[in-house]
Amino acid sequence: QGKFTLLRDSRTDGSFLVHHFLSFYLRAGCKVCFVALLQSFSHYSIVAQKLGVSLAAAKERGQLVFLEGLKCCLDVLFGEEEQPEQPSPLQFLSSCELRALFDFVRLSLAPGERDSWRGPVLLVDDLSVLLSLGVAPVAVLDFMHYCRMSVCCQLQGNVVVLVHSNEDSEDEENNLVVNSLCHHSDLILWAEGLATGFCKDVHGQIKIIKRLSLQLAEEQDLVQTYHYKIQDRNVTFFAPGLSAAVL
Amino acid sequence: LVFTEEDKYGLYSNLLFKYFLAEGIVCGHDLFVASAKEHPDNILKELPAPLLDDTHRKELGNEAATVKSEDFQDSMKIAWRYQNLPKMETSPTTHTKFGHYYDVSKKMSPELYQSVKWHSFYLHEELSFEPKMKAWNINSGYARLLQSIQRIISQEGFDGSDPQKKTRSVLRIGIQSLGSILWGDDICCSDPPEDPHSLTKFLYALRGLLRKSLSACIITVPAYLIQNKTIMERVTNLSDMVVGLESFIGSERETNPLYKDYHGLVHVHQIPRLNSLICDVSDTKDLAFRLKRKLFTIEQLHLPPDLSDTVSRASKQDLAGSAKLLSSGCGTMAMGKRHLDF
Repeated sequence: QGKFTLLRDSRTDGSFLVHHFLSFYLRAGCKVCFVALLQSFSHYSIVAQKLGVSLAAAKERGQLVFLEGLKCCLDVLFGEEEQPEQPSPLQFLSSCELRALFDFVRLSLAPGERDSWRGPVLLVDDLSVLLSLGVAPVAVLDFMHYCRMSVCCQLQGNVVVLVHSNEDSEDEENNLVVNSLCHHSDLILWAEGLATGFCKDVHGQIKIIKRLSLQLAEEQDLVQTYHYKIQDRNVTFFAPGLSAAVL
Repeated sequence: LVFTEEDKYGLYSNLLFKYFLAEGIVCGHDLFVASAKEHPDNILKELPAPLLDDTHRKELGNEAATVKSEDFQDSMKIAWRYQNLPKMETSPTTHTKFGHYYDVSKKMSPELYQSVKWHSFYLHEELSFEPKMKAWNINSGYARLLQSIQRIISQEGFDGSDPQKKTRSVLRIGIQSLGSILWGDDICCSDPPEDPHSLTKFLYALRGLLRKSLSACIITVPAYLIQNKTIMERVTNLSDMVVGLESFIGSERETNPLYKDYHGLVHVHQIPRLNSLICDVSDTKDLAFRLKRKLFTIEQLHLPPDLSDTVSRASKQDLAGSAKLLSSGCGTMAMGKRHLDF
Protein backbone atom coordinates (compact mmCIF):
# COMPACT_ATOMS: atom_id res chain seq x y z
CA GLN A 1 0.00 0.00 0.00
CA GLY A 2 1.15 3.51 -0.65
CA LYS A 3 4.00 2.51 -2.90
CA PHE A 4 5.44 4.21 -5.92
CA THR A 5 6.77 1.79 -8.49
CA LEU A 6 8.83 2.92 -11.41
CA LEU A 7 9.01 0.80 -14.55
CA ARG A 8 11.96 1.67 -16.61
CA ASP A 9 13.16 0.28 -19.90
CA SER A 10 16.37 0.77 -21.82
CA ARG A 11 17.00 -0.48 -25.32
CA THR A 12 14.00 -2.71 -25.17
CA ASP A 13 10.29 -2.50 -24.71
CA GLY A 14 9.09 -2.74 -21.16
CA SER A 15 5.42 -2.59 -21.90
CA PHE A 16 4.93 -6.21 -20.89
CA LEU A 17 5.35 -4.98 -17.32
CA VAL A 18 2.51 -2.55 -17.79
CA HIS A 19 0.23 -5.30 -19.05
CA HIS A 20 1.21 -7.42 -16.10
CA PHE A 21 0.46 -4.75 -13.52
CA LEU A 22 -2.81 -3.87 -15.16
CA SER A 23 -4.14 -7.40 -15.03
CA PHE A 24 -2.60 -7.99 -11.61
CA TYR A 25 -4.33 -5.07 -9.96
CA LEU A 26 -7.62 -5.71 -11.70
CA ARG A 27 -7.61 -9.30 -10.56
CA ALA A 28 -6.78 -8.18 -7.02
CA GLY A 29 -9.89 -6.07 -6.98
CA CYS A 30 -8.33 -2.65 -6.90
CA LYS A 31 -9.75 0.40 -8.55
CA VAL A 32 -7.43 1.35 -11.37
CA CYS A 33 -7.02 4.60 -13.20
CA PHE A 34 -5.03 3.91 -16.34
CA VAL A 35 -3.59 6.82 -18.25
CA ALA A 36 -2.69 5.23 -21.57
CA LEU A 37 -0.92 7.79 -23.68
CA LEU A 38 0.67 5.68 -26.33
CA GLN A 39 -1.62 2.86 -27.39
CA SER A 40 -5.28 2.40 -28.02
CA PHE A 41 -7.76 0.71 -25.75
CA SER A 42 -8.14 -2.30 -28.01
CA HIS A 43 -4.43 -3.07 -27.82
CA TYR A 44 -4.49 -3.36 -24.04
CA SER A 45 -7.80 -5.12 -24.15
CA ILE A 46 -6.55 -7.85 -26.45
CA VAL A 47 -3.44 -8.49 -24.40
CA ALA A 48 -5.38 -8.44 -21.16
CA GLN A 49 -7.71 -11.06 -22.56
CA LYS A 50 -4.75 -13.33 -23.14
CA LEU A 51 -3.77 -12.74 -19.55
CA GLY A 52 -7.25 -13.58 -18.38
CA VAL A 53 -8.80 -10.21 -17.60
CA SER A 54 -11.50 -8.39 -19.50
CA LEU A 55 -10.93 -4.67 -19.65
CA ALA A 56 -14.33 -3.90 -21.08
CA ALA A 57 -16.06 -5.66 -18.21
CA ALA A 58 -13.87 -3.88 -15.69
CA LYS A 59 -14.76 -0.59 -17.26
CA GLU A 60 -18.46 -1.39 -17.11
CA ARG A 61 -18.47 -2.14 -13.44
CA GLY A 62 -16.48 0.96 -12.71
CA GLN A 63 -13.31 -0.76 -11.59
CA LEU A 64 -11.25 0.65 -14.41
CA VAL A 65 -11.09 4.26 -15.52
CA PHE A 66 -9.31 4.34 -18.84
CA LEU A 67 -7.96 7.50 -20.34
CA GLU A 68 -7.13 6.89 -23.96
CA GLY A 69 -4.65 9.61 -24.73
CA LEU A 70 -4.70 9.26 -28.48
CA LYS A 71 -8.45 9.60 -28.71
CA CYS A 72 -8.60 12.54 -26.31
CA CYS A 73 -5.91 14.26 -28.28
CA LEU A 74 -7.98 14.09 -31.43
CA ASP A 75 -10.99 15.44 -29.58
CA VAL A 76 -8.96 18.37 -28.37
CA LEU A 77 -7.55 19.09 -31.79
CA PHE A 78 -10.45 18.48 -34.07
CA GLY A 79 -13.44 18.64 -31.81
CA GLU A 80 -15.79 21.51 -31.30
CA GLU A 81 -15.29 24.08 -28.61
CA GLU A 82 -15.34 22.45 -25.21
CA GLN A 83 -17.14 23.85 -22.24
CA PRO A 84 -14.89 25.77 -19.90
CA GLU A 85 -16.14 23.98 -16.79
CA GLN A 86 -15.08 20.60 -18.09
CA PRO A 87 -11.66 20.91 -19.54
CA SER A 88 -10.36 17.84 -21.27
CA PRO A 89 -7.66 15.99 -19.35
CA LEU A 90 -5.37 16.51 -22.29
CA GLN A 91 -5.65 20.24 -21.98
CA PHE A 92 -1.90 20.36 -21.74
CA LEU A 93 -1.68 19.99 -25.47
CA SER A 94 -2.52 23.62 -25.81
CA SER A 95 -1.63 24.99 -22.44
CA CYS A 96 1.41 22.86 -21.52
CA GLU A 97 0.07 22.51 -18.03
CA LEU A 98 -0.87 19.24 -16.42
CA ARG A 99 -3.37 20.53 -13.92
CA ALA A 100 -6.37 19.19 -15.79
CA LEU A 101 -4.77 15.75 -16.06
CA PHE A 102 -4.15 15.67 -12.35
CA ASP A 103 -7.73 16.68 -11.61
CA PHE A 104 -8.91 13.86 -13.82
CA VAL A 105 -6.79 11.36 -11.93
CA ARG A 106 -7.86 12.64 -8.56
CA LEU A 107 -11.53 12.59 -9.41
CA SER A 108 -11.45 9.14 -10.90
CA LEU A 109 -9.71 7.61 -7.91
CA ALA A 110 -11.68 9.44 -5.25
CA PRO A 111 -13.60 6.85 -3.24
CA GLY A 112 -17.31 6.84 -3.97
CA GLU A 113 -20.04 5.79 -1.54
CA ARG A 114 -20.81 2.52 -3.24
CA ASP A 115 -17.26 1.58 -4.01
CA SER A 116 -16.00 -1.56 -2.44
CA TRP A 117 -12.69 -1.80 -4.17
CA ARG A 118 -9.44 -2.35 -2.36
CA GLY A 119 -6.88 0.44 -2.68
CA PRO A 120 -6.76 2.76 -5.69
CA VAL A 121 -4.02 2.39 -8.26
CA LEU A 122 -2.72 4.85 -10.81
CA LEU A 123 -1.00 3.39 -13.86
CA VAL A 124 0.71 5.59 -16.44
CA ASP A 125 2.00 4.46 -19.84
CA ASP A 126 4.19 6.21 -20.56
CA LEU A 127 5.52 9.34 -19.02
CA SER A 128 8.20 10.08 -21.60
CA VAL A 129 5.54 10.89 -24.16
CA LEU A 130 4.55 13.97 -22.20
CA LEU A 131 7.94 15.44 -22.86
CA SER A 132 7.51 14.83 -26.58
CA LEU A 133 4.28 16.76 -26.46
CA GLY A 134 5.87 19.92 -25.27
CA VAL A 135 5.46 19.67 -21.51
CA ALA A 136 8.38 20.93 -19.47
CA PRO A 137 10.18 18.31 -17.35
CA VAL A 138 9.53 20.28 -14.20
CA ALA A 139 5.82 20.19 -14.91
CA VAL A 140 5.99 16.43 -15.35
CA LEU A 141 7.77 16.03 -12.03
CA ASP A 142 5.27 18.28 -10.32
CA PHE A 143 2.45 16.23 -11.73
CA MET A 144 4.00 13.00 -10.44
CA HIS A 145 4.56 14.59 -7.08
CA TYR A 146 0.95 15.66 -6.81
CA CYS A 147 -0.20 12.22 -7.88
CA ARG A 148 2.00 10.55 -5.33
CA MET A 149 0.77 12.78 -2.58
CA SER A 150 -2.84 12.27 -3.36
CA VAL A 151 -2.78 8.58 -4.30
CA CYS A 152 -0.04 7.13 -2.12
CA CYS A 153 -0.31 9.28 0.96
CA GLN A 154 -3.91 10.38 1.15
CA LEU A 155 -5.62 7.41 -0.39
CA GLN A 156 -3.04 4.76 0.52
CA GLY A 157 -2.97 3.55 -3.05
CA ASN A 158 -0.17 2.60 -5.42
CA VAL A 159 1.28 4.39 -8.37
CA VAL A 160 3.01 2.60 -11.25
CA VAL A 161 4.67 4.61 -13.98
CA LEU A 162 6.56 3.59 -17.11
CA VAL A 163 9.40 5.66 -18.50
CA HIS A 164 11.88 5.06 -21.27
CA SER A 165 15.52 5.71 -20.76
CA ASN A 166 18.71 4.91 -22.54
CA GLU A 167 22.06 5.05 -20.92
CA ASP A 168 23.71 6.94 -23.71
CA SER A 169 20.71 9.01 -24.49
CA GLU A 170 21.10 12.66 -25.31
CA ASP A 171 17.65 13.50 -24.19
CA GLU A 172 18.49 15.67 -21.22
CA GLU A 173 14.94 16.36 -20.20
CA ASN A 174 14.08 12.70 -20.14
CA ASN A 175 17.18 11.88 -18.12
CA LEU A 176 16.24 14.52 -15.62
CA VAL A 177 12.75 13.15 -15.18
CA VAL A 178 13.91 9.56 -14.95
CA ASN A 179 16.67 10.21 -12.45
CA SER A 180 14.42 12.25 -10.26
CA LEU A 181 11.72 9.62 -10.28
CA CYS A 182 14.27 6.92 -9.49
CA HIS A 183 15.22 8.73 -6.34
CA HIS A 184 11.66 8.89 -5.16
CA SER A 185 10.43 5.44 -5.98
CA ASP A 186 10.03 2.57 -3.59
CA LEU A 187 10.53 -0.10 -6.19
CA ILE A 188 12.22 0.07 -9.56
CA LEU A 189 11.77 -2.56 -12.23
CA TRP A 190 14.34 -1.97 -14.90
CA ALA A 191 14.04 -3.95 -18.12
CA GLU A 192 17.08 -3.81 -20.31
CA GLY A 193 18.24 -5.38 -23.49
CA LEU A 194 21.09 -7.79 -23.02
CA ALA A 195 24.46 -6.15 -23.06
CA THR A 196 25.82 -8.79 -25.37
CA GLY A 197 23.27 -8.23 -28.05
CA PHE A 198 20.16 -9.71 -29.47
CA CYS A 199 19.19 -13.24 -28.57
CA LYS A 200 16.20 -15.29 -29.53
CA ASP A 201 15.77 -17.13 -26.26
CA VAL A 202 16.44 -14.46 -23.76
CA HIS A 203 14.66 -11.25 -24.54
CA GLY A 204 16.28 -9.18 -21.91
CA GLN A 205 17.24 -8.73 -18.36
CA ILE A 206 15.25 -7.21 -15.57
CA LYS A 207 16.66 -5.63 -12.45
CA ILE A 208 14.45 -5.40 -9.43
CA ILE A 209 15.59 -2.71 -7.06
CA LYS A 210 13.91 -2.49 -3.68
CA ARG A 211 14.74 0.86 -2.26
CA LEU A 212 15.15 -0.02 1.34
CA SER A 213 17.40 2.98 1.80
CA LEU A 214 14.33 5.17 1.68
CA GLN A 215 12.87 3.67 4.79
CA LEU A 216 15.87 2.98 6.98
CA ALA A 217 18.99 5.05 6.79
CA GLU A 218 21.52 2.23 7.11
CA GLU A 219 19.95 -0.21 4.66
CA GLN A 220 21.31 -0.72 1.18
CA ASP A 221 19.06 -1.08 -1.79
CA LEU A 222 18.39 -4.67 -2.67
CA VAL A 223 19.12 -5.42 -6.32
CA GLN A 224 18.09 -8.65 -7.99
CA THR A 225 18.75 -9.48 -11.62
CA TYR A 226 16.87 -11.97 -13.74
CA HIS A 227 16.67 -12.77 -17.39
CA TYR A 228 13.34 -13.09 -19.04
CA LYS A 229 11.70 -14.42 -22.12
CA ILE A 230 8.36 -13.14 -23.31
CA GLN A 231 5.86 -15.62 -24.64
CA ASP A 232 2.41 -15.19 -25.96
CA ARG A 233 0.60 -15.41 -22.66
CA ASN A 234 3.19 -14.94 -20.01
CA VAL A 235 6.74 -14.08 -19.29
CA THR A 236 9.19 -16.54 -17.81
CA PHE A 237 11.93 -15.38 -15.53
CA PHE A 238 15.09 -17.24 -14.74
CA ALA A 239 18.44 -16.59 -13.22
CA PRO A 240 21.07 -15.21 -15.56
CA GLY A 241 22.72 -17.91 -17.56
CA LEU A 242 20.10 -20.52 -16.91
CA SER A 243 17.93 -20.03 -19.95
CA ALA A 244 16.14 -23.13 -21.15
CA ALA A 245 18.07 -22.98 -24.37
CA VAL A 246 21.33 -23.42 -22.54
CA LEU A 247 20.42 -26.16 -20.12
CA LEU B 1 3.15 3.89 -38.40
CA VAL B 2 6.21 2.94 -40.37
CA PHE B 3 9.03 5.35 -39.99
CA THR B 4 11.89 5.20 -42.46
CA GLU B 5 15.17 6.96 -42.04
CA GLU B 6 16.34 8.04 -45.42
CA ASP B 7 19.70 7.19 -46.80
CA LYS B 8 22.03 9.91 -47.81
CA TYR B 9 20.90 10.61 -51.30
CA GLY B 10 17.35 9.55 -50.86
CA LEU B 11 17.51 7.06 -53.68
CA TYR B 12 16.59 3.91 -51.90
CA SER B 13 14.15 5.29 -49.42
CA ASN B 14 12.23 6.79 -52.31
CA LEU B 15 12.09 3.34 -53.78
CA LEU B 16 10.64 1.90 -50.62
CA PHE B 17 8.12 4.69 -50.51
CA LYS B 18 7.02 3.99 -54.04
CA TYR B 19 6.74 0.28 -53.34
CA PHE B 20 4.36 1.03 -50.49
CA LEU B 21 2.17 3.14 -52.70
CA ALA B 22 2.30 0.73 -55.60
CA GLU B 23 1.26 -2.12 -53.35
CA GLY B 24 -1.66 -0.02 -52.28
CA ILE B 25 -2.79 0.48 -55.82
CA VAL B 26 -2.51 -3.17 -56.70
CA CYS B 27 -4.49 -4.15 -53.61
CA GLY B 28 -7.14 -1.59 -54.36
CA HIS B 29 -6.49 0.58 -51.36
CA ASP B 30 -7.02 4.30 -51.41
CA LEU B 31 -3.98 6.49 -51.32
CA PHE B 32 -3.02 9.73 -49.75
CA VAL B 33 0.29 11.14 -50.84
CA ALA B 34 1.85 14.14 -49.22
CA SER B 35 5.04 15.82 -50.11
CA ALA B 36 6.74 19.14 -50.01
CA LYS B 37 9.40 18.17 -52.46
CA GLU B 38 7.76 16.72 -55.53
CA HIS B 39 4.26 17.12 -56.72
CA PRO B 40 2.29 14.00 -55.82
CA ASP B 41 1.15 13.62 -59.43
CA ASN B 42 4.74 13.12 -60.45
CA ILE B 43 5.29 10.66 -57.67
CA LEU B 44 2.39 8.60 -58.86
CA LYS B 45 3.66 8.53 -62.41
CA GLU B 46 6.94 7.09 -61.26
CA LEU B 47 5.59 4.08 -59.44
CA PRO B 48 7.04 0.76 -60.48
CA ALA B 49 4.91 -1.56 -62.53
CA PRO B 50 3.72 -4.76 -60.93
CA LEU B 51 5.19 -7.90 -62.29
CA LEU B 52 2.88 -10.34 -63.87
CA ASP B 53 2.81 -13.24 -61.55
CA ASP B 54 3.47 -16.04 -63.99
CA THR B 55 6.67 -14.99 -65.67
CA HIS B 56 8.41 -13.87 -62.53
CA ARG B 57 7.48 -16.85 -60.50
CA LYS B 58 8.70 -19.09 -63.22
CA GLU B 59 12.04 -17.36 -63.21
CA LEU B 60 12.39 -17.62 -59.50
CA GLY B 61 11.20 -21.16 -59.58
CA ASN B 62 13.86 -22.14 -62.09
CA GLU B 63 16.62 -20.60 -60.10
CA ALA B 64 15.56 -22.17 -56.90
CA ALA B 65 15.14 -25.56 -58.52
CA THR B 66 18.60 -25.66 -60.00
CA VAL B 67 20.22 -24.62 -56.79
CA LYS B 68 18.37 -27.21 -54.81
CA SER B 69 19.23 -30.11 -57.06
CA GLU B 70 22.93 -29.37 -56.89
CA ASP B 71 23.13 -29.01 -53.16
CA PHE B 72 21.25 -32.13 -52.44
CA GLN B 73 24.03 -34.39 -53.53
CA ASP B 74 26.76 -32.73 -51.57
CA SER B 75 26.97 -33.74 -48.03
CA MET B 76 29.27 -31.80 -45.94
CA LYS B 77 32.54 -33.42 -45.05
CA ILE B 78 34.26 -31.06 -42.73
CA ALA B 79 31.53 -28.91 -41.32
CA TRP B 80 29.13 -31.78 -40.93
CA ARG B 81 27.62 -30.34 -37.83
CA TYR B 82 26.03 -27.67 -39.95
CA GLN B 83 24.34 -30.17 -42.18
CA ASN B 84 21.22 -30.14 -40.13
CA LEU B 85 20.72 -26.44 -40.11
CA PRO B 86 18.01 -25.21 -42.43
CA LYS B 87 19.29 -23.68 -45.61
CA MET B 88 19.31 -19.96 -45.45
CA GLU B 89 16.91 -18.52 -47.87
CA THR B 90 18.16 -15.39 -49.36
CA SER B 91 15.50 -14.58 -51.87
CA PRO B 92 11.78 -14.71 -51.38
CA THR B 93 10.53 -18.19 -51.98
CA THR B 94 7.95 -19.07 -54.50
CA HIS B 95 5.57 -20.20 -51.80
CA THR B 96 4.85 -16.85 -50.30
CA LYS B 97 1.80 -15.16 -51.65
CA PHE B 98 2.06 -12.16 -49.46
CA GLY B 99 2.33 -8.99 -51.43
CA HIS B 100 3.33 -8.49 -54.99
CA TYR B 101 6.55 -8.04 -56.86
CA TYR B 102 7.40 -5.01 -58.86
CA ASP B 103 9.59 -4.29 -61.79
CA VAL B 104 11.61 -1.23 -61.06
CA SER B 105 12.59 -0.57 -64.63
CA LYS B 106 9.05 -0.08 -65.82
CA LYS B 107 6.56 2.53 -64.79
CA MET B 108 3.07 1.76 -63.71
CA SER B 109 0.46 2.29 -66.38
CA PRO B 110 -1.85 5.28 -65.90
CA GLU B 111 -4.96 3.13 -66.10
CA LEU B 112 -3.83 1.17 -63.11
CA TYR B 113 -3.19 4.04 -60.81
CA GLN B 114 -6.21 5.89 -61.89
CA SER B 115 -8.34 2.96 -60.91
CA VAL B 116 -8.03 3.79 -57.25
CA LYS B 117 -9.08 6.89 -55.48
CA TRP B 118 -6.15 8.94 -54.42
CA HIS B 119 -5.73 12.19 -52.62
CA SER B 120 -2.76 14.41 -52.69
CA PHE B 121 -1.28 17.04 -50.50
CA TYR B 122 1.40 19.21 -51.99
CA LEU B 123 2.47 21.70 -49.40
CA HIS B 124 3.12 24.55 -51.70
CA GLU B 125 -0.34 24.37 -53.17
CA GLU B 126 -2.03 24.29 -49.81
CA LEU B 127 -0.48 27.40 -48.44
CA SER B 128 -3.56 29.42 -48.98
CA PHE B 129 -5.65 27.50 -46.47
CA GLU B 130 -5.40 28.63 -42.91
CA PRO B 131 -5.25 25.80 -40.38
CA LYS B 132 -8.30 25.79 -38.22
CA MET B 133 -6.71 23.97 -35.36
CA LYS B 134 -6.74 25.82 -32.13
CA ALA B 135 -3.53 27.19 -30.75
CA TRP B 136 -1.49 24.07 -30.55
CA ASN B 137 1.86 25.61 -31.26
CA ILE B 138 2.68 23.38 -34.11
CA ASN B 139 4.35 24.15 -37.38
CA SER B 140 1.70 25.33 -39.81
CA GLY B 141 2.76 22.95 -42.55
CA TYR B 142 2.22 20.00 -40.25
CA ALA B 143 -1.03 21.46 -39.02
CA ARG B 144 -2.38 21.68 -42.53
CA LEU B 145 -1.30 18.16 -43.31
CA LEU B 146 -2.99 16.85 -40.19
CA GLN B 147 -6.15 18.67 -40.98
CA SER B 148 -6.14 17.37 -44.52
CA ILE B 149 -5.64 13.78 -43.38
CA GLN B 150 -8.36 14.06 -40.80
CA ARG B 151 -10.73 15.52 -43.34
CA ILE B 152 -10.14 12.70 -45.80
CA ILE B 153 -10.52 10.07 -43.11
CA SER B 154 -13.83 11.37 -41.93
CA GLN B 155 -15.15 12.22 -45.38
CA GLU B 156 -14.33 8.87 -46.88
CA GLY B 157 -15.52 6.98 -43.89
CA PHE B 158 -12.32 5.24 -42.91
CA ASP B 159 -12.99 5.80 -39.26
CA GLY B 160 -16.38 4.19 -39.26
CA SER B 161 -18.04 7.31 -37.98
CA ASP B 162 -20.65 7.41 -40.67
CA PRO B 163 -22.50 4.11 -40.74
CA GLN B 164 -23.74 4.70 -44.25
CA LYS B 165 -20.36 4.78 -45.84
CA LYS B 166 -19.27 1.20 -45.77
CA THR B 167 -15.72 1.35 -46.91
CA ARG B 168 -13.99 -1.97 -46.69
CA SER B 169 -10.81 -0.55 -47.98
CA VAL B 170 -7.75 0.77 -46.28
CA LEU B 171 -6.17 4.16 -46.64
CA ARG B 172 -2.46 4.14 -47.29
CA ILE B 173 -0.79 7.36 -46.37
CA GLY B 174 2.64 8.21 -47.64
CA ILE B 175 4.49 11.28 -46.43
CA GLN B 176 7.75 12.09 -48.04
CA SER B 177 10.69 13.79 -46.43
CA LEU B 178 8.97 14.94 -43.30
CA GLY B 179 11.04 17.15 -41.11
CA SER B 180 13.03 18.56 -43.94
CA ILE B 181 13.31 22.26 -44.33
CA LEU B 182 10.76 22.25 -47.13
CA TRP B 183 8.06 21.68 -44.53
CA GLY B 184 9.11 24.77 -42.66
CA ASP B 185 10.75 22.87 -39.85
CA ASP B 186 14.28 23.69 -38.93
CA ILE B 187 15.26 20.54 -37.09
CA CYS B 188 17.47 19.58 -39.97
CA CYS B 189 19.53 22.70 -39.97
CA SER B 190 19.84 24.08 -36.51
CA ASP B 191 20.64 22.55 -33.18
CA PRO B 192 18.91 23.36 -30.90
CA PRO B 193 15.94 23.92 -33.16
CA GLU B 194 13.48 26.64 -32.52
CA ASP B 195 10.52 24.37 -32.08
CA PRO B 196 11.67 20.89 -31.16
CA HIS B 197 8.20 19.62 -30.43
CA SER B 198 6.41 20.18 -33.72
CA LEU B 199 7.43 16.92 -35.30
CA THR B 200 6.69 14.85 -32.22
CA LYS B 201 3.33 16.48 -31.69
CA PHE B 202 2.48 15.86 -35.30
CA LEU B 203 3.44 12.22 -34.99
CA TYR B 204 1.37 11.81 -31.86
CA ALA B 205 -1.71 13.24 -33.51
CA LEU B 206 -1.07 11.16 -36.62
CA ARG B 207 -0.79 8.06 -34.47
CA GLY B 208 -4.15 8.91 -32.96
CA LEU B 209 -5.69 9.26 -36.42
CA LEU B 210 -4.20 5.99 -37.59
CA ARG B 211 -5.39 4.07 -34.57
CA LYS B 212 -8.86 5.41 -35.00
CA SER B 213 -9.22 4.52 -38.65
CA LEU B 214 -8.40 1.86 -41.17
CA SER B 215 -5.18 3.30 -42.38
CA ALA B 216 -1.48 2.69 -42.49
CA CYS B 217 1.22 5.23 -43.01
CA ILE B 218 4.78 5.36 -44.14
CA ILE B 219 6.93 8.38 -43.47
CA THR B 220 10.39 9.02 -44.75
CA VAL B 221 12.62 11.38 -42.89
CA PRO B 222 16.09 12.62 -43.72
CA ALA B 223 17.44 11.40 -40.43
CA TYR B 224 21.04 11.97 -41.36
CA LEU B 225 20.39 15.70 -41.39
CA ILE B 226 18.80 15.87 -37.99
CA GLN B 227 21.52 16.86 -35.57
CA ASN B 228 19.47 16.62 -32.48
CA LYS B 229 19.43 13.02 -31.31
CA THR B 230 16.77 13.71 -28.74
CA ILE B 231 14.21 14.22 -31.43
CA MET B 232 15.12 10.95 -33.14
CA GLU B 233 14.77 9.06 -29.89
CA ARG B 234 11.38 10.54 -29.18
CA VAL B 235 10.23 9.90 -32.70
CA THR B 236 11.30 6.28 -32.40
CA ASN B 237 9.20 5.91 -29.30
CA LEU B 238 6.18 7.34 -31.06
CA SER B 239 6.35 5.10 -34.14
CA ASP B 240 5.40 1.48 -34.46
CA MET B 241 8.11 0.42 -36.83
CA VAL B 242 11.37 2.15 -37.53
CA VAL B 243 13.59 1.14 -40.41
CA GLY B 244 16.76 2.86 -41.42
CA LEU B 245 18.36 2.58 -44.79
CA GLU B 246 22.04 3.11 -45.12
CA SER B 247 23.38 3.14 -48.61
CA PHE B 248 26.98 2.59 -49.46
CA ILE B 249 27.19 5.32 -52.03
CA GLY B 250 29.99 7.66 -51.27
CA SER B 251 31.03 5.95 -48.08
CA GLU B 252 34.05 3.80 -47.53
CA ARG B 253 31.93 0.73 -47.46
CA GLU B 254 31.32 0.97 -51.18
CA THR B 255 34.75 -0.38 -51.90
CA ASN B 256 34.87 -2.73 -48.99
CA PRO B 257 35.04 -6.22 -50.50
CA LEU B 258 32.88 -7.60 -47.77
CA TYR B 259 29.93 -5.68 -49.03
CA LYS B 260 30.48 -5.99 -52.73
CA ASP B 261 27.20 -7.69 -53.49
CA TYR B 262 25.03 -5.20 -51.79
CA HIS B 263 24.07 -1.60 -52.16
CA GLY B 264 23.27 -0.85 -48.61
CA LEU B 265 22.16 -2.03 -45.22
CA VAL B 266 18.79 -2.14 -43.63
CA HIS B 267 18.64 -1.38 -39.95
CA VAL B 268 15.48 -2.42 -38.24
CA HIS B 269 15.38 -0.33 -35.12
CA GLN B 270 11.98 -1.23 -33.91
CA ILE B 271 9.25 -3.64 -34.82
CA PRO B 272 5.62 -3.20 -33.96
CA ARG B 273 4.33 -4.89 -30.89
CA LEU B 274 0.65 -4.43 -31.34
CA ASN B 275 -2.06 -6.42 -29.68
CA SER B 276 0.24 -8.93 -28.11
CA LEU B 277 2.98 -9.27 -25.57
CA ILE B 278 5.55 -10.45 -28.03
CA CYS B 279 6.55 -9.36 -31.44
CA ASP B 280 7.60 -11.36 -34.41
CA VAL B 281 11.32 -11.32 -34.11
CA SER B 282 13.14 -12.82 -37.00
CA ASP B 283 16.20 -14.94 -36.65
CA THR B 284 18.67 -12.41 -37.68
CA LYS B 285 18.70 -8.68 -37.62
CA ASP B 286 21.30 -8.14 -40.29
CA LEU B 287 19.67 -7.24 -43.51
CA ALA B 288 21.10 -5.71 -46.60
CA PHE B 289 19.50 -4.53 -49.77
CA ARG B 290 20.52 -4.50 -53.37
CA LEU B 291 19.06 -2.97 -56.43
CA LYS B 292 19.30 -5.23 -59.42
CA ARG B 293 18.14 -4.06 -62.79
CA LYS B 294 14.59 -5.07 -62.18
CA LEU B 295 14.28 -5.92 -58.56
CA PHE B 296 14.94 -4.33 -55.26
CA THR B 297 15.60 -7.06 -52.75
CA ILE B 298 16.25 -7.14 -49.06
CA GLU B 299 18.18 -10.14 -47.89
CA GLN B 300 20.01 -11.45 -44.93
CA LEU B 301 23.50 -10.20 -44.87
CA HIS B 302 25.99 -12.82 -45.93
CA LEU B 303 29.60 -12.12 -45.51
CA PRO B 304 31.70 -13.98 -48.03
CA PRO B 305 34.35 -16.20 -46.49
CA ASP B 306 37.38 -14.32 -45.39
CA LEU B 307 39.93 -15.65 -47.79
CA SER B 308 42.18 -12.71 -48.34
CA ASP B 309 45.75 -12.72 -47.16
CA THR B 310 45.78 -9.26 -45.82
CA VAL B 311 43.08 -9.34 -43.26
CA SER B 312 43.24 -5.99 -41.65
CA ARG B 313 42.29 -5.67 -38.04
CA ALA B 314 40.75 -2.31 -38.74
CA SER B 315 38.02 -3.57 -40.97
CA LYS B 316 37.04 -6.28 -38.51
CA GLN B 317 36.83 -3.84 -35.70
CA ASP B 318 34.90 -1.48 -37.82
CA LEU B 319 32.36 -4.19 -38.41
CA ALA B 320 32.02 -5.16 -34.80
CA GLY B 321 31.96 -1.59 -33.74
CA SER B 322 29.25 -0.69 -36.12
CA ALA B 323 27.25 -3.54 -34.70
CA LYS B 324 26.61 -5.68 -37.71
CA LEU B 325 27.43 -9.30 -38.24
CA LEU B 326 30.12 -11.38 -36.65
CA SER B 327 31.61 -13.58 -39.27
CA SER B 328 30.80 -16.77 -37.47
CA GLY B 329 27.33 -16.44 -38.87
CA CYS B 330 25.56 -16.85 -35.56
CA GLY B 331 23.57 -13.74 -36.11
CA THR B 332 24.00 -11.90 -32.88
CA MET B 333 23.95 -8.17 -33.00
CA ALA B 334 26.39 -6.59 -30.62
CA MET B 335 24.87 -3.54 -29.11
CA GLY B 336 27.53 -2.78 -26.60
CA LYS B 337 30.99 -2.36 -27.91
CA ARG B 338 32.66 -3.18 -24.69
CA HIS B 339 31.42 -6.66 -24.20
CA LEU B 340 32.39 -8.44 -27.33
CA ASP B 341 35.93 -7.79 -28.26
CA PHE B 342 37.79 -10.06 -30.55
